[in-house]
Amino acid sequence: MTATRRVVVTGLGATTPLGGTVAETWDAVLAGRSGARTMTYDWVEKYELPVTFAATIKTPPSEVLTKVETRRLDPSAQYAMIASREAWAHAGSPEVEPERLAVAIGTGIGGVWTLLDQWDNLREKGPRRVFPLAVPMLMANSPAGNVSLELGARAGAHSTVSACASGAEAMGFALEMIRSGRADIVVAGGTEAAVHPLPFAGFAAMQALSKRNDDPERASRPYDTGRDGFVLGEGAAVMVLESEEHAKARGATIYAELAGVGMSADSHHIAAPEPEGAGASRAMLEAVERADLSATDIVHINAHATSTPVGDVAESNAIRRAFGDAADGMPVSATKSMTGHLLGAAGALEGVLTVLALQHRVAPATINLDDFDPQINLDVVRGEARTLPDGDIAALNNSFGFGGHNVALTFKSV
Amino acid sequence: MAQSEQEILEGLAEIVNEETGLPTDSVQADKSFTEDLDIDSLSMMTIVVNAEEKFGVRIPDDEVKNLTTVGDAVSFIAKNQG
Repeated sequence: MTATRRVVVTGLGATTPLGGTVAETWDAVLAGRSGARTMTYDWVEKYELPVTFAATIKTPPSEVLTKVETRRLDPSAQYAMIASREAWAHAGSPEVEPERLAVAIGTGIGGVWTLLDQWDNLREKGPRRVFPLAVPMLMANSPAGNVSLELGARAGAHSTVSACASGAEAMGFALEMIRSGRADIVVAGGTEAAVHPLPFAGFAAMQALSKRNDDPERASRPYDTGRDGFVLGEGAAVMVLESEEHAKARGATIYAELAGVGMSADSHHIAAPEPEGAGASRAMLEAVERADLSATDIVHINAHATSTPVGDVAESNAIRRAFGDAADGMPVSATKSMTGHLLGAAGALEGVLTVLALQHRVAPATINLDDFDPQINLDVVRGEARTLPDGDIAALNNSFGFGGHNVALTFKSV
Repeated sequence: MAQSEQEILEGLAEIVNEETGLPTDSVQADKSFTEDLDIDSLSMMTIVVNAEEKFGVRIPDDEVKNLTTVGDAVSFIAKNQG
């Protein structure tokens, strides 16, 4: 299928474990810093959680938002609001008809803080003490709804929910929205604020989290033989996606093109990846084909690579299955080694990092990779960042989620 | 335990400020919640539940629609405070 309208990236925004802005996050990624740290919250001891660290947000929203905003928005919507405002300003606060402007912001878990705080209120103080904004705060579409309110977006406000693929799916959704003519600009991304005892205990119970409590900064180690699970992260990342026509007409700076999306479902297991990577490889191939590119055009992959023993191998198999020997020419970065795993925001953040990699012609190094796992058959960037070629280049961003969701995005340099 | 109407007004102004961001000095007895302060019904409910907790009163849902002005709310709280 050939694309008719080109969709370009004109703004980036993020608040992450590495920084309160895109620039701060990118600098930390290039410097190889980890966003993981020991948690000091009272609930860590109170519930005797087996994991005592996370990649927590670097800049607390209370430093950026008003008191009323922090009171009336769940943290998941707070992060989305911060990232969206940055992206919108970065795009030059475009003049656009409200009916041609949309929002697509996904989340994996939704407003878990509000849900469970209000459940406590109900049990301890009764129904009269449940905050009247409880429902609009806890719903998973609250980040998208609030950002649409903020920007006056009336073409639509959409929320993709596909676990750790949510953020990437939102960008894919936005791409198709612009291509189909429903909008000229879509503010798209993902958000997650699930560093909360319940999801923490749940992920720990399924043995998904690294237990490297004595050395949090070394815990997220994709492709290393010593990896023992992912590091839970939080934050949001957002892009302003725009039809090329609209961006050029207003003289916007264009950072990259979002050229293709591929999506598939494994239908294999609710949480485990399909080990041969059939579904994931199909998503990758589709993302490349729909961008009117071939495998040899892809010079970089920002992998999903969460640092779980099984998942990293399954993705490696899927990449080889999709691209065969051509994968030799695709240096892979596993930026979760630094950011931790932002769940529903992960694909969005890695999309932002992929755009920056193309723009600056550099593939970031994967940190904590001391003993390369021989089961991984990829050219992983390690030690130091790798310079990417000049000229027209393209990169792939993979995201996979519990439920068997596979999303691959293809970005092109401009 | 009962507070003066002035104390209630000040306490209410603090709640309105926390819930809506309006400056406390804009919350005057003669101001209408909807017409002057532009407070929607959902925000009004957040103010009501906070006022119940702060002043130890029960403000029945049916009563809320009668509280047109800040002064109406202050009088209701003063009259019903334990």
